[in-house]
Amino acid sequence: MNEQEQQLLLEIADDELILGWRDSEWTGIAPLLEEDVAFSSIAQNEIGHARALYELVARERGTTADELAFDRAPSEYRCARIAELRLLDWEKTIARHYLYEEADARRLEQLKASDDPDVAGLAAKIDREEAYHRMHAQMWFDRLKDEARFTAAVDELRPLLDAGRDDHTQELDELWEEMTVVRRSQPAGTTW
Amino acid sequence: MIYEVFRQERKGQALQHAGSVEAPDDHFADVYAREQYGRRGESTALWVVPRDAVIEIDEFVDELNRNYHRVDGYPLKQKLKEARERAGTAAPAGDR
Repeated sequence: MNEQEQQLLLEIADDELILGWRDSEWTGIAPLLEEDVAFSSIAQNEIGHARALYELVARERGTTADELAFDRAPSEYRCARIAELRLLDWEKTIARHYLYEEADARRLEQLKASDDPDVAGLAAKIDREEAYHRMHAQMWFDRLKDEARFTAAVDELRPLLDAGRDDHTQELDELWEEMTVVRRSQPAGTTW
Repeated sequence: MIYEVFRQERKGQALQHAGSVEAPDDHFADVYAREQYGRRGESTALWVVPRDAVIEIDEFVDELNRNYHRVDGYPLKQKLKEARERAGTAAPAGDR
């Protein structure tokens, strides 16, 4: 796997980890109890996808998925702007979910066509779960598509898909602080 | 709205009640039911039914105690025992 391919997998892994983390913030506070279960499950899937992608890259780099996920500085993360924002409005969360799944689907199609059988195989596996996420996103889209607060959220967030991956917001720093606080509480190399 | 969910574990088996989901409409019920009862390979089919559509029957009047109409048969053994006691004859050895 060349450096460029590793970078692409890291971008996707970071997106999935950070978005999974953000989505998990809805656990226990989603607007419907049933939705709480469904959305938490999606969050957990995304983090699972991140783990699998990190493992592929870690193998190439002689490191571990944990180190890639948690031991980099916030500035080194390659996640997209849309994934890192803390969105406390449900309509914005659903708008992001819808936009992200759409973009993620296109990306996974490309990965499934990869020459690397490990990458193509993992992409196919991930895509089978993402199919449920897309179904879920579409369900909410159909329900909210005529609501002004939702269409405004979609319009506001859509440009962030192309906002680049080099600069991050303060919100990623804050997320990183929380996400890595336990791991940083012990010296590097600690056995957990 | 509450929807009752029935799932079939393997092809050819009867569907069994799995639980319920609460959803604002049929579309949400479809997605939530898949999420909770289908997407981990645990089911080959689901039936998702609005609870209101289920005709529930939980009272069974049998005032005249005509239990001989029941498909589980007519309980003869107890009656035979009582008859034998009245007649003063013991049951045959094999029937004890």
